[in-house]
Amino acid sequence: MAERLLEVKGLKVRFTTEDGIVRAVDGVSFELDRGSVFGIVGESGSGKSVTAMTILGLTRDKNTTFEGEVIYKGQNLLALPESHLRDVRGNEIAMIFQDPMTSLNPVYKVGDQIIEAITTHEDVSKSGAKRRAVELLRQVGIPNANTRVDDYPHQFSGGMRQRAMIAMALSCNPDILIADEPTTALDVTIQAQILELIDRLKDDFDSAVILITHDLGVVADVADEVVVMYAGRVVERAAKRDVFYDPQHPYTWGLLGSIPRLDRPKPEKLHSIKGMPPSLINLPKGCKFRPRCPHAFEKCEEEPGLDQRVEERGHLDRCWLSVEEKRRIRERTIVGEAVA
Amino acid sequence: MSENENGALVEVKSLKKYFPIRKGVLQREVERVHAVDDVTLAVRQGETIGLVGESGCGKSTLGRCIVRLLEPTAGDVLFEGRSIGKLGARALRPLRREMQMVFQDPYASLNPRKRVGTIISDPMKIHGIGDRHERKKRVEELLEVVGLSPEHYNRFPHEFSGGQRQRIGVARALALRPKLVVADEPVSALDVSIQAQMVNLLEDLQDDFGLTYVFIAHDLGVVRHVSDRIAVMYLGKLVELSPAEELYTRPIMPYTEALLSAVPIPDPDLSDKRERIVLQGDVPSPIHPPSGCRFHPRCRYATDICSQVEPPLVDYGNGHLAACHHPLNVDKETLERVSASPKYTPGSADDSALPEEPGAEHRPGIPETG
Repeated sequence: MAERLLEVKGLKVRFTTEDGIVRAVDGVSFELDRGSVFGIVGESGSGKSVTAMTILGLTRDKNTTFEGEVIYKGQNLLALPESHLRDVRGNEIAMIFQDPMTSLNPVYKVGDQIIEAITTHEDVSKSGAKRRAVELLRQVGIPNANTRVDDYPHQFSGGMRQRAMIAMALSCNPDILIADEPTTALDVTIQAQILELIDRLKDDFDSAVILITHDLGVVADVADEVVVMYAGRVVERAAKRDVFYDPQHPYTWGLLGSIPRLDRPKPEKLHSIKGMPPSLINLPKGCKFRPRCPHAFEKCEEEPGLDQRVEERGHLDRCWLSVEEKRRIRERTIVGEAVA
Repeated sequence: MSENENGALVEVKSLKKYFPIRKGVLQREVERVHAVDDVTLAVRQGETIGLVGESGCGKSTLGRCIVRLLEPTAGDVLFEGRSIGKLGARALRPLRREMQMVFQDPYASLNPRKRVGTIISDPMKIHGIGDRHERKKRVEELLEVVGLSPEHYNRFPHEFSGGQRQRIGVARALALRPKLVVADEPVSALDVSIQAQMVNLLEDLQDDFGLTYVFIAHDLGVVRHVSDRIAVMYLGKLVELSPAEELYTRPIMPYTEALLSAVPIPDPDLSDKRERIVLQGDVPSPIHPPSGCRFHPRCRYATDICSQVEPPLVDYGNGHLAACHHPLNVDKETLERVSASPKYTPGSADDSALPEEPGAEHRPGIPETG
């Protein structure tokens, strides 16, 4: 069995704001094993990024309250003092951010920014760190790495900047790489390159990846396990194949249905999830997806727990519909209704 | 093929847009970015044409030239048969009502200090349409049309989510009842679930208002749902133009094939099975585009001829045009027929209007066509 790297248990994150308490993450649990890719999928505001940032202690603030535990190497990262957390952050757990245009500092050379990450965590000479930086840039596929290392971010294209970000994240050989929408700002062709790269590097560096995205198509290729988040909760969790071939939650159906499919005939209308995610300050009563769910019934006024309802072990969901009922009605949602 | 085509709302004729790069004290022009390089295209009344390509392929520049936010370097744009390529600001004013634009970034394209009502009614105010009350009534109608509520009239943009903001952008574009809407990546900044809402909305509006769309995107998945025809661009050139469904079943240009294979399929088994063509590297610099076929450095079918001779845009029948020396998915008869017929050469257009090319010595190997 693979080594367990990270365990998130009943994580809750709340932000106190002028308007009220924002329940950004409301009871999220998962485990991450070495060598695996764990996909977190959801719309904006579903709490997927807050979950990731909390693991790294990036949401710490006087207005933030946490509950639950994030266990890494036997210690609870939530309770770790900031000074100790700095040894973990960037060194053992690294993060790639969404927007490669704004996450590199425009006034420093790309190489210097990677060198800084290395020298912060390791006792190496500047020239040694620079050699490492060049090697890293080469590994992530930057051509002429030994000259490009002295370029400024504006001399890189979007795809190259994201590669540089990945090089920086990998600079200290982290156990865990958190990629927060790493391809959203990129062209589809570059997206394919970056996903392939992340998948390959995960093996080269023997680490685990948490891949955050709003697009289920992105996780279809690389993830091993997937959780679907909605309004700060996990609404479905399963091995990748089960999410795609036996999805249990109507929200997952909606996400699957709204992806334009090139492998299928063009439907009359693209399926879309009606409405918007709820405000995290005033959450609806009962099932949080109820107001947007076309299949809601009386029982949904009471919130369902995250339980195993199908035969497959480890496939959990939050929906009151019976398994037979779901299997009967979901095709209509995913494939899209024939509109007259 | 676009010559005097019936029902063409917009005709783009050998359009070129170069951006000068100036250096030194005298701001002498030293080089040029070949953003759009000789594109000919007709947009028919009531159709949606999808404009697809990677960043830097010139699709946005072409879109902006069509609505004359940019002045073309050479070539012309005809709107309803009237040349608008060289019109001045005053002469353009009445035409501006007919063509509107929806921008990519819903966060940057709405003025954060203005209320939604003002944002949507300003175009009408500028064009002197209606009095204050009529305009307000029209804005409230428009808000409902795009799926917002009339009560949103007095709100500020920051009170809305990305998808809602994009709806405001659409309402603003519709305020003047335009004939043509150029939508520049209107859904790329949105979540997948919201993208579907937006695409459906744009389709409904097209039916209700008889709009003609130029829909710009980098993702072939989204375009398929809205487009009647799709134009694929690469480094300033139009490389393939096809009826929408045909492009997906029978791409001719290898670049299109690669773009198609890059779209993720949310089905792990299919995804494993299909051949992924991952294009290496980025789009080359449009300052010194590669010689011959501009795609040849990244093309897996490239041979010697590709780096030497620029392939002409050839009509493979059924309105399916492509520029490639090694066309895919073309049967023998078509290939013979095509090679026998006189070729449509984009370079044969009138080049005399083109100012002298500085830095031309940097582009060796481009033969004179036509």
